[in-house]
Amino acid sequence: MKFIKYLLVGILFGIVLTKSEAVSWYRIYEMFQFESFHMFGIIMTAIAVGVVGIQIYKRNKVVGLDGKQIQIADKDKGFKNYIIGGTIFGLGWGMIGTCPGPIFILIGAGFYSIGIVLLGALIGTFLYGLLKNKLPH
Amino acid sequence: MLLLIYFGKTFGMSSNLRTLCSISGAGKFSDFFRFDWKSQRWNLVVVLGAMIGGFIAVHFLSDGSGVNLNPATVAKLQEMNIDAPNGKLIPELFTSAENVFTPKIFGFLLFGGLLVGFGSRYAGGCTSGHAITGMSNLQLPSLIAVIGFFIGGLIAAHFLLPLIF
Repeated sequence: MKFIKYLLVGILFGIVLTKSEAVSWYRIYEMFQFESFHMFGIIMTAIAVGVVGIQIYKRNKVVGLDGKQIQIADKDKGFKNYIIGGTIFGLGWGMIGTCPGPIFILIGAGFYSIGIVLLGALIGTFLYGLLKNKLPH
Repeated sequence: MLLLIYFGKTFGMSSNLRTLCSISGAGKFSDFFRFDWKSQRWNLVVVLGAMIGGFIAVHFLSDGSGVNLNPATVAKLQEMNIDAPNGKLIPELFTSAENVFTPKIFGFLLFGGLLVGFGSRYAGGCTSGHAITGMSNLQLPSLIAVIGFFIGGLIAAHFLLPLIF
């Protein structure tokens, strides 16, 4: 039962990203051509809501469902891994137009060819695990 | 995202790829996959929900109108012989069985996925973890990662795709 709330969050996430067309290869391509406000609008709206929400959590010291005050871990400091890793991610994102969330949403929606992308993503994650200690961070 | 934080978790989809690797036994090859994946089960449930959500949206909440692109974008697609949306979310080039199993498209999808998987773990997050959660929490590393996402994406959309198609 404790998992039901996560299932519901996931369903909401899947519906919103599909209906807003953020899962569409076309929309991602269009975004990188700067020919539409569509994706920028979605991302900026999400961040704006997120910034306000997190500030409300922090300033009011809101207690989460687990009974602890809400705390969000800061990202580790660094530069190389973020810029190099980010660029590699971006290359893939610009090619296949799906980031990890939409990969799963699209497979659920019946686009089974995205299973090939998922397989690639798993191999990529695995390769990172193998090479982690040899990469600049 | 705010709901998950309220539940005491953080929002990030690409972590699930690591979890799936661990479940498949990747821990034998690298410490990176030796972690308590059972603590990540909640996130896999979010994934399951997202798949159900995608199914519901496409089958019950869609009027078939599809993506409405800028005509300039459609013209660029035509030059690369990529089919226009006409009510679809993804070009048929990447979904129909006769295309997907050609070496070119299969390799394209597999390699693109590989870059996404490798890059998101290297950068410590993807669109959900960095662009949405990290930026909302005003994290400098996330801003750096998102700048990287766009450098890569712009190179792919302006140089790689015309080169490949």
